[in-house]
Amino acid sequence: MDLHYGPEHDAFRAQVQTFLREHWRSDMDAAAFRQQAVGAGFLYRGIPRQYGGSQQPSDILKARILVEEFERARAPMEVKGPGVQMLVPTLLERGAEWQKQRFIRPTIEGKFSWAQGYSEPGAGSDLASLRTRAELRDGRWLINGQKVWTSYALNCQYMFALVRTEPAASKHAGISYLLIDLDQPGIVIRPMKQITGISDFNEVFFTDAVTPADWIVGRRGEGWDVSKSLLKHERNMLGGIDRAEALYKSMVGLAKRVQRNGRPAIEDPWVRDQIAALKCELETQRLSSNIQISRELAGDPATRLQIMNKLAQSNFAATVSELSNALIGDDALLSPVGNNRPGNERWVNQYMNSLAAAIAGGTSNIQRNIIAERGLGLPREGGIE
Amino acid sequence: MRFDLDAQQREFQQSVEEFLSAECPLKRALAPHDHGRTDLELWRGLMSLGIGGIIVPEGYGGLGLGLLDLAIVADSVGRHAAPGPFLDHALGTLAIVLAGDAEQRDRWLADLARGAQRATVALAEGAGCWLADDWTLDPGPTLTGNKQFVPHAEDADLFVVGCKGGRLAVVIRGAPGMTITAVPSTDAGRPLSTVSFVETPCVLLEQSAGSRLVDAGLVLLAADAFGGASHCVEAAVAYAKQREQFGRQIGTFQALRHQLADMALAVDPKIGLYWYAAHTFDHEPEAVPLAAAMAKASLTETFPRIARRAIEVHGGIGYTWEFGLHVWLKRALFDQAFLGMPQVHRARVASLSGL
Repeated sequence: MDLHYGPEHDAFRAQVQTFLREHWRSDMDAAAFRQQAVGAGFLYRGIPRQYGGSQQPSDILKARILVEEFERARAPMEVKGPGVQMLVPTLLERGAEWQKQRFIRPTIEGKFSWAQGYSEPGAGSDLASLRTRAELRDGRWLINGQKVWTSYALNCQYMFALVRTEPAASKHAGISYLLIDLDQPGIVIRPMKQITGISDFNEVFFTDAVTPADWIVGRRGEGWDVSKSLLKHERNMLGGIDRAEALYKSMVGLAKRVQRNGRPAIEDPWVRDQIAALKCELETQRLSSNIQISRELAGDPATRLQIMNKLAQSNFAATVSELSNALIGDDALLSPVGNNRPGNERWVNQYMNSLAAAIAGGTSNIQRNIIAERGLGLPREGGIE
Repeated sequence: MRFDLDAQQREFQQSVEEFLSAECPLKRALAPHDHGRTDLELWRGLMSLGIGGIIVPEGYGGLGLGLLDLAIVADSVGRHAAPGPFLDHALGTLAIVLAGDAEQRDRWLADLARGAQRATVALAEGAGCWLADDWTLDPGPTLTGNKQFVPHAEDADLFVVGCKGGRLAVVIRGAPGMTITAVPSTDAGRPLSTVSFVETPCVLLEQSAGSRLVDAGLVLLAADAFGGASHCVEAAVAYAKQREQFGRQIGTFQALRHQLADMALAVDPKIGLYWYAAHTFDHEPEAVPLAAAMAKASLTETFPRIARRAIEVHGGIGYTWEFGLHVWLKRALFDQAFLGMPQVHRARVASLSGL
């Protein structure tokens, strides 16, 4: 067992720190800073130079050092969202050369924004039953149907979508992966109000919408596989422990600020017990992430631990929510919506958002199915493919 | 970075696993619950694999390895619910490694390493007082006072007794003024006694190492709990694959699959807690109290919950004596209470992490 990063990585950390000290100021334009960070080899490491990345050998420890140091300096990392996190890795693995050249660079520079067109009213957890259809007519795809829960679609120029192109084929084999320009008369986007009162996600209606014939990633009927392209994207292996750590810190801060029984809540034995339990859980996740990284480096991935990460994290967020709710007490009666200077009631939003974490990207019950099947080797439920 | 066992550790754990798989079938884990006798034979077998010397320096016939090497054995011991004095002998031996002067080490370590003498630890003073700061016995040339929940006290050769100020004293079997009274024990595999001393002569160990000894105990209990809880998950999963009701494997029912997934989620990722705590014990002493408290609090709270769930998954057969899952549930209750309940250690976690 060796918990040191080793001289090469210690030197790398020093290099990152120096870079951040010399190049990052909080009043800077994020795009300009990112360009410099790409030049230094710190961002978009898995993306070839010709598409705007820094083309570095995959190194999960360096990826982690970068997250740690950029977080500490509060410097912007890669552009977030499904374009960079999902489409770009998919294009790199399965895209045509012209697609890579045309779409990757503007996407990672934040100039092209993408919506993810997967879920439909009748196809949520059972995504492969989706029914939005695309037919090839006169050299372009004619698209009809509806997508739902499409985050930020109103602000996006493009969508990557799963649509049914081979109605005669079996469920999974009839799906293709299309790229679609959202700015056209055949597409209507209607925002949906979420339980927080904010409208991040949308319904997207397609009525004879069109996209060119070659805006397909992979071949016809390969869409299901294409969407599952598991590119070895080093960031994806880190498991998101940084978010849990940030949440824990905010929670401790809250417990120090608010009062309970006339004393700072942090002095209350029950509160201390609850926070200590969270600390144990956070430490569990941190160490589990270390095991996953170590096994990845050794070429022997800890798959069973990896598939537990999402559920562990959404459970953690839910537990934090329960405690924060107890701590803010009466302030939970106040809404952060329509309030210019919300106080503790900001945690009401966190309380709601922690639910989104347990639903988006595969509900917690779907995560349990995955753990049961792929982790524990339990048989599938009858009739479910 | 390599946060994982190395090849040698895996190999050693494998040999312990093989030994216990062969020598500690359910029947043997259940036996002490039936007849109440201590199983020293199994422990002697483990000692013959060299586990007694893991943490003993090479100069005393030991292997000079670390607490992690011992903890992975505790993991296997817990997995098989192996009865016997593994934990108490390891702690008694470690006390002399940590706190003995040259003469004291010379006198005992070689014998303890090969199991020619057996040690136990007398720490608790009742009402949840387990920790070095709680100990009240005066560390004099003689000891007077009571210690509770002393494992395998009958026939132990050495008693390491926790005293005021975290000092440790050794009492030798048959010393005048010492009375051993067995108490009925939930985990019959690790029977407990109350030990009283009235002006009992003792050898005071040179260093004050009580807190460090307790930390090691927390790590070993956490490892035992991890192994035991892992066994419970595996047993429940195996049963769900095999048992049929309503004409199909019960493991196809989603309600059960989700329970099993939650059980695995509660256990698997926690292995790092005891690994890390054990690792710090050898390499980062200042980090040990927090790491050990987190491991103990978290794992020994998880183990009873998982053992209960495993019994529930098995239905009626799980509740029978002969089926034997209760051995793990009872072991879980021992791991949870011994050296202090999870709440006690969470309070320490809060303080030690600067809250």
